[in-house]
Amino acid sequence: MTLALLATSGFAAAMLIAALVAVVTRNTAVAVLSAGLVSLFASVLFLFLAAPDVAMTEAAIGSGLTTFLFFFVLGRIRREGSDEH
Amino acid sequence: MNTRFSIRHAAVLGLLALLGLAFWTLLAGYTPDAELNRTAAYYAENTARETGAQNIVTAIIVTYRGLDTLGEVTVLFLTAAIVALVLGQSKAPRGGTGSGFLPSGELLTTGTRMLLPIILLFGAYVALNGHLTPGGGFQGGAILASGMLLMLLADPARRFGHRLIARVESVSGLAYVAIGVLGVALAGGFLDNRILPLGEFGAILSAGAIPLIYALVGLKVGAEFSSMLESLEETEDS
Repeated sequence: MTLALLATSGFAAAMLIAALVAVVTRNTAVAVLSAGLVSLFASVLFLFLAAPDVAMTEAAIGSGLTTFLFFFVLGRIRREGSDEH
Repeated sequence: MNTRFSIRHAAVLGLLALLGLAFWTLLAGYTPDAELNRTAAYYAENTARETGAQNIVTAIIVTYRGLDTLGEVTVLFLTAAIVALVLGQSKAPRGGTGSGFLPSGELLTTGTRMLLPIILLFGAYVALNGHLTPGGGFQGGAILASGMLLMLLADPARRFGHRLIARVESVSGLAYVAIGVLGVALAGGFLDNRILPLGEFGAILSAGAIPLIYALVGLKVGAEFSSMLESLEETEDS
């Protein structure tokens, strides 16, 4: 019981730290990665709460698809920025 | 300047405190239930017998609350249609795309070539095993779409067929509704999964129409996400 509580609070703290990093950092790639990390920790927390279906959705959409999408758009912004000059 | 900033900070802190208070009252008033409530107890007791599905969550999503799932799929379809409508206005001229792409790098290209079949296989696995293990059509479809997105990331000049995606999307949607109507005709109601034999509990081909419905939902969700990504890729805002 205490071990589960410890692991849960550890993952919750890691989630908060990742969210803070995503907000504070100046590097866009790091921000995108830590936003994906928030979702990954959230899905582990869902797993601890005995909700594997929700955990799977969170991992697939929150940390998989969204992170890919952000990098995709970042690449496009860079491409079009380099076109202009 | 300084006072304005402090007012803004105070407002932000006040809002955060209010949010914290709201969540705190939620948490403080929470007591875990000692036993399942009536609906949950019904599902826990009767799901395996009535639907033959090992995963109760899937049985609820696809069978007991199947109409809601149809609604969700419809919402996603509307979103994809609106994204295509809005982004389709500013489509790049043909032949204009493909030039001016930055090369995506050896690591990404090779990694994609290695990982893409595994990702697609995993998506199909998740969608087809929805009635046995956690996961299902939505998750599987999202995994399929992220595989597609990885392909677009590795090779931005690549195009996959609009028509194929649109066809997969509409055929699976129609088949989903047709299965639902078959449920009215042959079994107990709309989207009843007992139009097919329930089969052996825990086998891959069991739980009536649930694997079929989830395969269709997976295809539909994957096609919808892919079409959104594709219209995003094809837009040029010049």
